[in-house]
Amino acid sequence: MSRPFARYLDGDPNGRLHLQHGPIDLVIGVDDGGAARKGEAERRARAFAAAIARFQTVLDELVSELPLLRAPAEMNGPTPVGSVARRMVAAVRPFAAADFITPMAAVAGAVADEILAAMLEAFDKGDRPHRAYVNNGGDIAVHLDGDAKFQVRMAREDGASLGDFALHASSPTHGIATSGRGGRSLSMGIADSVTVLATNAAAADAAVTLIANAVDLPGHAAIDRARAVDVVDDSDLGERLVVTGCGSLTDAEIDRALSRGLATAERFIALGLIDRAGLFLRNQGLLAMPGAAQPFTATPLAIDQSMERFSNA
Amino acid sequence: MVKQRVESVANGKIRCDACPVMCYISDGRSGACDRYANVGGELIRVDPLTIIENTISEGGNVVPFLAQPGESEWDGDIVHATRRFVTAVGAGTTYPDYKPAPFIVSQKENGVDMVTVVTEGIFSYCGAKVKIDTDRFLGPETATVLVDGEAIGHVTTGEYGSQMLSLGGVHHLTGGSKKEGRVTCDALLKLCNGEAVDMQVDGGVSLTIKAGAAPVINDVEESRMRVGCGSATIGMFAKQWMGHVDEVVVVDDHITGVLSEHQAGRLLDVPATGIRIKGRRSTPGRYFQVAEPGIGWGGTHISDPLTILGDFDPKTAWPGMRMLMVSTTGEQFGYYILDDNLRPELQTILPAALQESVEIIAENCEPALTSVLFIGGAGGSLRAGVTTNPVRLTRSVKEALTHVSCGGVPAYVWPGGGITVMADVTQMPSNAFGYVPTPALVAPIEFTMRLDDYRALGGHMEAVMPIEQALEMAERKVTPIGRGPWPTESRNFRWGA
Repeated sequence: MSRPFARYLDGDPNGRLHLQHGPIDLVIGVDDGGAARKGEAERRARAFAAAIARFQTVLDELVSELPLLRAPAEMNGPTPVGSVARRMVAAVRPFAAADFITPMAAVAGAVADEILAAMLEAFDKGDRPHRAYVNNGGDIAVHLDGDAKFQVRMAREDGASLGDFALHASSPTHGIATSGRGGRSLSMGIADSVTVLATNAAAADAAVTLIANAVDLPGHAAIDRARAVDVVDDSDLGERLVVTGCGSLTDAEIDRALSRGLATAERFIALGLIDRAGLFLRNQGLLAMPGAAQPFTATPLAIDQSMERFSNA
Repeated sequence: MVKQRVESVANGKIRCDACPVMCYISDGRSGACDRYANVGGELIRVDPLTIIENTISEGGNVVPFLAQPGESEWDGDIVHATRRFVTAVGAGTTYPDYKPAPFIVSQKENGVDMVTVVTEGIFSYCGAKVKIDTDRFLGPETATVLVDGEAIGHVTTGEYGSQMLSLGGVHHLTGGSKKEGRVTCDALLKLCNGEAVDMQVDGGVSLTIKAGAAPVINDVEESRMRVGCGSATIGMFAKQWMGHVDEVVVVDDHITGVLSEHQAGRLLDVPATGIRIKGRRSTPGRYFQVAEPGIGWGGTHISDPLTILGDFDPKTAWPGMRMLMVSTTGEQFGYYILDDNLRPELQTILPAALQESVEIIAENCEPALTSVLFIGGAGGSLRAGVTTNPVRLTRSVKEALTHVSCGGVPAYVWPGGGITVMADVTQMPSNAFGYVPTPALVAPIEFTMRLDDYRALGGHMEAVMPIEQALEMAERKVTPIGRGPWPTESRNFRWGA
């Protein structure tokens, strides 16, 4: 049986750290965001060491509570023991009242949050690196201090940009998650991708799953669906139908599907569960953000002009 | 696409034991990681097939039309803008059966139809030969090398300027306890993939080694490999000192050399200087144990080299005698002149000729490195993936009709029976190695030959595919790392040499 694996991606310890164990792949970066500050390499080494140490048992902890984590979340359900499992349950619970969701919907984000937290705990507050991220297959936990910022690009599977946004130390967002078809998880919806920004990666991960599920055209003949258990062994979605293919759609249908997802995203924003979201299907995209009535105001997500027919609600 | 051993099957699903999730996977599906899949009841690792792509300019497909002024003319080898070689990294294997290797790729090289048989081999007989550039004592010869308390190999005979380890091998992989095998496999995998491994030599030092990096011995990173012992240094540079200095002492923890007493000095008629060295005299001009080992001059603990000298013999020494003291790496040196009381006085100005000799010593000290050679034998079943008559492949290799490479890196084939190969892991694409729980290493191996020769040795001709078809399946492209010959080049073969 394989053990957790760690390596430097860019050829030396000042590059990114890659941690892998079973289905978990983490890419971790630590720096001072260009700030003139002594000891960046030492901080990075210390953060990486803390990440590696915490990572050793993460998968084993999750596996030990897998049945609970695969069961539908309930508002007053049992609380798991492991700290990653607790993050998962805490992240999905607020959604459990209105939607079907299992803690597994937040597993990737929760692992990212846990490793980021372990890295930051290795420092006194003033001594922390100015920037750090843990990218768990697109679900990303981020830390920012001082003047540092992260420029984040959303991209299509073929690499075309869907738009950029910036995160600053003052941003409420510490988590980014992306879900949709083409990813490793199953989706009940047809969105190509949905990106959500939230307080932490676990919350973003949970919400993005539900928003991507909502981007849908129920009963549409061009959409192929199958029972989750017939697509993936041991799926926590059981016999629920998941999308396995999607034929051609008219612009109006694309708009209708995205609008359904947008409504879900705006509901989550209103409840304070997420900060903002970008939803993409075929040649269209929609943004959900606080005060949805004025989409491109204040600090909008800047959508790249390469989106040919970007429309907004 | 490497097959794994399946331990357990339930309801037509196989149970993957590659990680703690222990997925049940039905036929045609992959596990939660998307790394392992069930293909026809067999657990397969689905890693990307890797090709080496040699593009002349990093800018892309630049095809030189006419040589520019100053550029060399056509050198007889057709210059392709892009040259590709399908490596076995990620190719998978059809082991242990008789099926053709996963990729049998044909391409033209200078008009000759070539074929490369690409497979990942599962090597239960394999290991790593590790060369550590240091003079430090790592442990007694044959001492056991331990990782996590498990024996993974031993210290073998030292080579000039370097200490050697022999790690892995079937005895540790499958001959000992389960844990011993697992730890050995894990250590070999890391070393071959260029990762650092901590180890302990029984009765010796603790080591951290990583292919291509300086060894760390008892928590101290080795920096330079000395040019030779103090005595050897005297021998190498004696002539260059003539006329510039009367005496030279090369301070070394192993053998300190003294020019005037040394054989080299005698041959050059260097007169006696009355020097006295505190240490055990071995042969003329060669002294053991002038000081304790340490991190000072020449691997000793001293910071003032005069402490190894006794008083000069007044019958022989003379005021004004010039003396150079230097360490074996040239990192430390001092130039002295005897005063009227025959006491050496440190000079602030080093004559240019002596400065040059010190610099040459330093220049001859290469950076201390750890090098790791993978060694493995291509077994019968691996060869069966290449040809229906395995011994013909062996013969073809011996006759230099078939070129063997590992991840595109030329492999040294040991003379004698079988196909035992060694290859430098630092030249291979990253993460070229994998493992199976047997435990055994999975290593890339490619056999390249003329298509006609492949047919003649009973190759799986029905499975030959044009390179374009293999390239479509390749997900990973890397640029060549080493400067070794390209695997399909004619000079690798008897007919083209």
